Amino acid sequence: MDATILAQQAINGLILGATYGLIAIGYTMVYGIIGMINFAHGEIYMVSAYLTAIFLALAQFAGITSIPATLVFVLFFTLLVTALHGWFAERIAYRPLRGSNRLAPLITAIGLSLVLQNYVRLSQGARSQGIPSLMQGSFILPIGSAGGSVQITHVQLLIIVVAFLGMAVLTFIMHRTSLGRACRATEQDLTMAALLGIDTDRIISIVFVIGAAMAAVAGVLVSLNYGSFDFHIGFITGIKAFTAAVLGGIGSLPGAMLGGLILGLSESFFSGFVNTDYKDVFAFALLVLVLIFRPSGLLGQPMVTKV
Amino acid sequence: MKGKVYGGWVLFLMVLMVSSAYAEETIAIGVAGPFTGAYAAFGAQLWRGAEQAANDINAAGGIVGKKIQLFKGDDACEPKQALAVANQLVDRHGVQAVIGHFCSSSTIPASEVYAEAGILHITPASTNPMVTERGIATLFRTCGRDDQQGSAAADFIVQKLKAQAIAVIHDKDTYGQGLADAMRAQLQRLGKKEILYEGLTRGEKDFNALVTKFKSLHADAVYFGGLHNEAGPLVRQMKEQGLKAPLVSGDGIVSEEFVIAAGGPAYADGVHMTFGRDPRKIKEGQEVVDRLRKAGFEPEGYTLYSYATLQIIAAAIEATRGTDGVAMAKWLHAHEVPTVMGPKGWDVKGDLKTSDYVMYRWNDKGTYDEVVP
Repeated sequence: MDATILAQQAINGLILGATYGLIAIGYTMVYGIIGMINFAHGEIYMVSAYLTAIFLALAQFAGITSIPATLVFVLFFTLLVTALHGWFAERIAYRPLRGSNRLAPLITAIGLSLVLQNYVRLSQGARSQGIPSLMQGSFILPIGSAGGSVQITHVQLLIIVVAFLGMAVLTFIMHRTSLGRACRATEQDLTMAALLGIDTDRIISIVFVIGAAMAAVAGVLVSLNYGSFDFHIGFITGIKAFTAAVLGGIGSLPGAMLGGLILGLSESFFSGFVNTDYKDVFAFALLVLVLIFRPSGLLGQPMVTKV
Repeated sequence: MKGKVYGGWVLFLMVLMVSSAYAEETIAIGVAGPFTGAYAAFGAQLWRGAEQAANDINAAGGIVGKKIQLFKGDDACEPKQALAVANQLVDRHGVQAVIGHFCSSSTIPASEVYAEAGILHITPASTNPMVTERGIATLFRTCGRDDQQGSAAADFIVQKLKAQAIAVIHDKDTYGQGLADAMRAQLQRLGKKEILYEGLTRGEKDFNALVTKFKSLHADAVYFGGLHNEAGPLVRQMKEQGLKAPLVSGDGIVSEEFVIAAGGPAYADGVHMTFGRDPRKIKEGQEVVDRLRKAGFEPEGYTLYSYATLQIIAAAIEATRGTDGVAMAKWLHAHEVPTVMGPKGWDVKGDLKTSDYVMYRWNDKGTYDEVVP
């Protein structure tokens, strides 16, 4: 097997996996804290792709020309507005149903995802939207056989750097700050945390906001990478990210990232060396296998029923 | 009327009278296609074309003294929804003829519903051979067939591009895979074999792994059977990875949407596609083209096909003095109809007698030109 191609496929998979991982954080954190699957999360990611285009236009309108400044501007505002979407989603669709039947929030999640999809379609149109490429060019690294080279575009490098940076910041917040401690406490036992003076409603809102913010980061990066999106992209990406979260162990932060990377790499290698037709079949078969041998996912903690 | 007249009967008769009076005033025509969903851009083309034709015909006094009324049926390019839409058009709106659907995978199941109801059904855009191969007498199309389209592409790739290593990709849909199969069959006839034949997943944006595979196999031409939503990212990633092989596709990318999906004209530049001779350049249609442009709609892609389809339906109603599907079909099989795209005539299957696929090439301005043979 050619080392050059192998390395290139690894890079392809890494980039795909990093974006899955970023989105998977939203699924995993929400599940960790209130034990529900937020099926509208893919749509939050889709909303952020649209916001990227809007803020890119606004940045140009405001006369921001340098690329790093534009990026920071777009990332900041997209993150802000997407996080707001996450907050509203929790407020409108999930909080009124907290404590009810486990199935009820699942159904509102699906409802919310339809609402978000159609709200974007009606306001932005059903057509594909495109954004200009901000950064062109790529790094070319000689790897493998003579004359062989592996390439990574600047945007792709940015995706990997930002994804791991975001992950590091999030891990720091969760393990080193009082907010993180409150989150972990709420995750362990919601009632007990509330009794000890933690505003659990606020913590749950914050978790939704963080999840949405991570999806926003993914939305900005992916839009820059592929240059186009439509109101429908949330669905398939959402399912993949959800798979990544389950694969890594839903509820576990590093698990989300690991699951994303494994899924991205396996899709890339399978498609590159075997057959694209059955790429998704392979990915889901892998998921089933992992779940058979480790029902709580790769890094997940087995659920302890409290008595 | 003798004897007792029951209130219910009176009401029933009144409803009958009202509905038949209503039916006398207008001719209901269904326009079915993806008006929402990922392929809504094509639905807009079908609708605008039919709408303009209906307005023009109505302004000229209608057909046999009746005005045309259009009903929209949104199938979102999904077979299940297409069936529901077909039933709705027939049962609720009582349409007397149907223009549509767009996707072959929708047209095929929906056509059974129209055939059962004896309604004339003409698709302006579904190019899969199976549409007309099933022997439905009341089904026609105003576009070509994928086997003709695929052959044209294969001839071009082998004879003009002189490609040796050809990768064939499709989107696993009836249309996309059908087109890829037709192209592959012609390759075989020309004594060539593709180096790769695989299907990608609709709705995804990342095809980098596939592109790297093209590189590792040293592909010097890539054929894609599918729509612009996937063709756009595919060609962008091919260019980003520095693959020199040209992308060749079919009429699924004949829309400005393709340029947007690719991320700009720079990425779409150099992509080839087969499509019928540009209907906007046919002299019969110039007036209509101007009218649509004045209304702010560029009549690209299937807009004029849809316009012509309504003209054909109108001609058949006019000639048979009625809306009986079987009678209209019989007439269409025997006659040529003048349309905005020139005169059109059909063979026994309901396919156009003449295929006019030519090769186009997208340029760096985001438009396409015919490749000079």
